[in-house]
Amino acid sequence: MSEETAFQAPATCVPGVKLGDILDSKIPDGDPATAWLRRRTGYATVSPANRKKFTVVVIGTGLSGAGAAAALGELGFNVHSFCFQGSARRAHSVAAQGGVNAARARKLDSDSLNRYVIDVVKGGDFRSREAEAYRLGIESVRLIDHMNAIGAPFAREYGGSLATRSFGGVQVSRTYYTRGQTGQQLEISAYQALMRQVQAGTVKLHPHTEMMDLIMEDGACRGVVVRDLFTGKLYAQPAHAVIICTGGYGTIYYLSTYAMGSNASAIWRAHRHGAYFAGPSLIQFHPTCLPVTSPYQSKTILMSESLRNDARVWVPKKKDDPRPPEQIPPEERDYYLETRYPAYGNLVPRDVASRNGKERVDAGYGVGPLKNAVYLDVTDAVKQLGAKVVTERYSNLLQMYRQTIGEEPLEVPMRISPNTHYTMGGLWVDFDLMTNISGLFCGGEANYAYHGANRLGANSLLSTSVDGWFTLPFSIPNFLAPRLSETLPAMNDACVLDAVDRTKARVEALTSIHGTRTSTDFHRRLGDILFEECGLVRSKESLTKGIKAIQELRAEFWDDLKLPGEGEGVNQALEKAGRVADFLELGELMCVDALDREESCGAHYRVEHTEGGESLRDDDHWMFTSAWQTQAPSAFDGNPQMSFTRHMEPLEYKNVHVARRNYK
Amino acid sequence: MKLTLDIWRQKDSASEGHFETYEVDDLDPGMSVLEMFDRLNEHLILEGKEPVTFESDCRESICGCCGVTIDGHPHGPTPHMTTCMQRLRQFTDGQRLRIEPLRAGAYPVVQDLMVDRSGLDRIIAAGGNVDVDAGSAPDAEALPVEHATVEKALDFAVCIGCGACVAACPNGAAMLFTGAKLLHLSLLPMPKIERNRRAERMVAAMEGEFGACSLYGECSAVCPEEIPLTAVAAVQHERLGALLARKL
Repeated sequence: MSEETAFQAPATCVPGVKLGDILDSKIPDGDPATAWLRRRTGYATVSPANRKKFTVVVIGTGLSGAGAAAALGELGFNVHSFCFQGSARRAHSVAAQGGVNAARARKLDSDSLNRYVIDVVKGGDFRSREAEAYRLGIESVRLIDHMNAIGAPFAREYGGSLATRSFGGVQVSRTYYTRGQTGQQLEISAYQALMRQVQAGTVKLHPHTEMMDLIMEDGACRGVVVRDLFTGKLYAQPAHAVIICTGGYGTIYYLSTYAMGSNASAIWRAHRHGAYFAGPSLIQFHPTCLPVTSPYQSKTILMSESLRNDARVWVPKKKDDPRPPEQIPPEERDYYLETRYPAYGNLVPRDVASRNGKERVDAGYGVGPLKNAVYLDVTDAVKQLGAKVVTERYSNLLQMYRQTIGEEPLEVPMRISPNTHYTMGGLWVDFDLMTNISGLFCGGEANYAYHGANRLGANSLLSTSVDGWFTLPFSIPNFLAPRLSETLPAMNDACVLDAVDRTKARVEALTSIHGTRTSTDFHRRLGDILFEECGLVRSKESLTKGIKAIQELRAEFWDDLKLPGEGEGVNQALEKAGRVADFLELGELMCVDALDREESCGAHYRVEHTEGGESLRDDDHWMFTSAWQTQAPSAFDGNPQMSFTRHMEPLEYKNVHVARRNYK
Repeated sequence: MKLTLDIWRQKDSASEGHFETYEVDDLDPGMSVLEMFDRLNEHLILEGKEPVTFESDCRESICGCCGVTIDGHPHGPTPHMTTCMQRLRQFTDGQRLRIEPLRAGAYPVVQDLMVDRSGLDRIIAAGGNVDVDAGSAPDAEALPVEHATVEKALDFAVCIGCGACVAACPNGAAMLFTGAKLLHLSLLPMPKIERNRRAERMVAAMEGEFGACSLYGECSAVCPEEIPLTAVAAVQHERLGALLARKL
C-alpha cells in the first residue's frame, strides 16, 4: 500500500462494534531497515545529574521488566520494580526452553539481517511491522554479548565459539541456547542485574505486590496502585512513566503452559482506562503438550517440539479403538500429518500440527483415558536408532513424561494434545513501546509487537529481552526529557485518592458477593468456552455462541462468586478472583476480535476463510492491526455491558515480498 | 484415592502454628501434590473455611516458587523433585501425610505453608551478579570459553532458588545455594574478573542470615537440580582465594 492510497476500513459483521481511528505507529518514514537506527539516534536524552529526579515504575520482573528496570537503574533513574512473586527471579520467562534467536549471521549459511526479517514477517503471516523486525535483528547482536557478559552460559562449540541451532522451521542456524533452559538462564542473569541495582539503591524492589490500578490524570498515566499480597495493604506509587511487562494472558484458557499466576489484569486495567488492546484473539497453541489426564489438572506442561524430529504422530484409523497402541498394527494407524503434508510431514508448523490434532480428536479418533490426545511415537525411532541414541537426544523430555504420566515412552507411544502457549495479542504500542495513553509503556509478551498473527520459534526470548534491555532504556528517557519541570502527584492529590478508592471498591465488590461458586470453577468454565469457541478453529457460529456464553458466565460470576475472608492479609483466593474477573471481560473481546476479522491468518483460523482446508488471508481488506477500545460502566458494578471500537493501524511491506504459506 | 493430611496452619509470622487434619477424597494418582491442595482448597472455600495458603507458579519445576515439607522431606518423598512434580501415585490409598512449610530459621512463615525466602535474594544482591552495564559488553565471540567449562558452569547455574537446601540442613545453612552461584560465575570469563570481591560480599551476606555448615550433605540430597556438594566446598575455596588475594 503506498502513501497515496487511502486506507479503506472493512465493515464489521459484529453488532454494536464501531469503527474508530487510523493509528500512527510513529515509525519514521523511509526504509524500514534503518527506521530504528534513525529513531534511536533522534531520541532526546536526560543529563546524568537529572535522571534521579525521574521516577519510573516497572510492573513485572520477567525478561522485559527486569531488563528495563536494571538498565534504567544503571542509567541513574529512580526505578520502582514490582512483581507478584516472592522473588523477582521467578517470573515465567524462566520456563522458556528452546533458545533465543540472533541475527549475528557469523556462519556461512547465508543468514543475514534481511533473511531474519523475512523469517519474522513471514512467520507472523504479514500482520506485524517490518521496521520492528529490523529492530529485533539489529539489537539481537549486542543482546547476546550482554547476556553472555552478565552470566548466561551459552552453549559453546569445542573450539570455544558460541554454538547455535536451527529452530522453528527456518533454514539457517541462528538460535543461541543453554541446554533446554535458555529462558531460565536469561531470566536469572537479568534478575541478578536487577538485584545489583537494588543493592546500588537505584531500584526499589517491591516483591509480592500486584498492580491493581493506574493513577490517571488528564488522560495521562501518573503511577500505580498496588496491593501487598502479604499484608493486603493497598498503596500508591506515583511515577513519571509506568512500564507494564506482565507477560501473556494464555491462562485465560484455564489449562495452558503458563504459570498459575500469569494474568491479564495489569494490561486489562490499563485497557479499561483507554489503552488499546491489539489482536486479542491471536494466540499460539503448542502441539506437543502433555495431555490432560484428570478433570482436576491445573495446567499442561510443554515438551519441546524438537521431539517431532524423530517421533511420528498418529491416531487409530478406527474410531474408539479400545486396543492399546502397541497392539495396533501399522496399517491400522493414521499418520495424518505425513499423509496430509507430504513435504513437511511431522515437522509442519505449530499451528498446522495443533489444528490437525484437534480435528482428529473432534472427529472421534482421540486416544487416552479422556479421548483427548494423539500419539507422539518414538518407538519407530528406537527400533531404527536404538534406545541409547533416542535417550541421548531427548533424555530430559522423556524423563518429564515418565514422571508426569507414569509410562515408559521408549516402549509405549506418548500422548500429546495442543495447548495455549503464547499470546501475540496485547496492548497496542507505538514504535517507542508507548501505548496510546501518555506515560504508559508496555514491553514483552504483554504488548502487541513483532509477532503479528503467529510467533516464530525462539523469538519470544529475543523480543522480550530487546524490549527490556535495548528499546525502553532509549525511549523512556526520550519521553521524560521534556518533563523535567513536572512534579509527581502527591499522595493526597485527587488522582491518587481516586485510584485507591477505585481499587478498594473493586476489592469490596468481589468480597461482598457471598455466592456459592469459587473463582476456579468460573475460570475452568471460561476456559472450556474459549477452547471450543475461540480456540484453534473459529467460525461465525462458534464465536457468536462464545460471546453469549461469556456474557452469561460473567453475570453469574458477579452474582454467585464465593470468596473466603476480606481484603486483609494473605488472600490467594481474592487474587485469583480479581484475575478471573478481568479474564471474563477480555474473553468477550477475544471473541469479538476473532469474529470481526473475516479472514484466516497465522494462529487465527476461520472455517469460512480457507482454501483446500488451509488458511486463506485477505490482504486486500485485512492487512492492518486491529486495536480495540472498550467502553463500559465500572467493572465491578454487576455484569458490565461492554461495547467495542476497532481502531486500525494499516501495515505495509517495503522489503519483504508478501506471499502465502504452503506446507503441502 | 483418598489421603489424610495433617497440614500446618499459621495465621502469620507472629502467631503460633498448629496442625489441622483434613480428609481428601476423590483423588487421582496422576495428580500432583499441589493439585491435591487445589482440590482441598476448593472444598474449604465452599464450606466457608479458610483455604490453605501455599506458593506455586510455573508448576513445571523451574520457577522455584513451590516447596513444602512432606513427612519431613523438603519438597516430598521422591528425591530431587520439586513439590509441583511430586505425584500422588507414590502414596498408597488411605495414607496419612504430614505437610509443613519449608522449615528454617531464615524463613519466617508468612502464612500456613508459605515462607519468606528473601534472604536468598539478599545474598544475590550482595554480589551474585556481574558489574557490567547494558551495552558495554565485549563481543561474546571475542571471549572463547571451553565447551566443558560452560557445561560445568551450567551444572551450577541451573539452581532454581527454591531454597529446599536450606530447609534440609539441620543448621539452616545456605552453602549449596551460595556455592552454586560462586562456581557458576567464577567459571565464566567476564564474571570471573570480580570473583574475589564477589566471594567476600556473598559470604558475608550468607553468614549474616543463615546457619553454618557442618557437612551433613542433606542439601544436595534434596536439590531438585542435583547440584553436587562441590558447591559447598567452593564456598570455602572462593572465600580463601579472596582472603589470599587480599594478603598479597
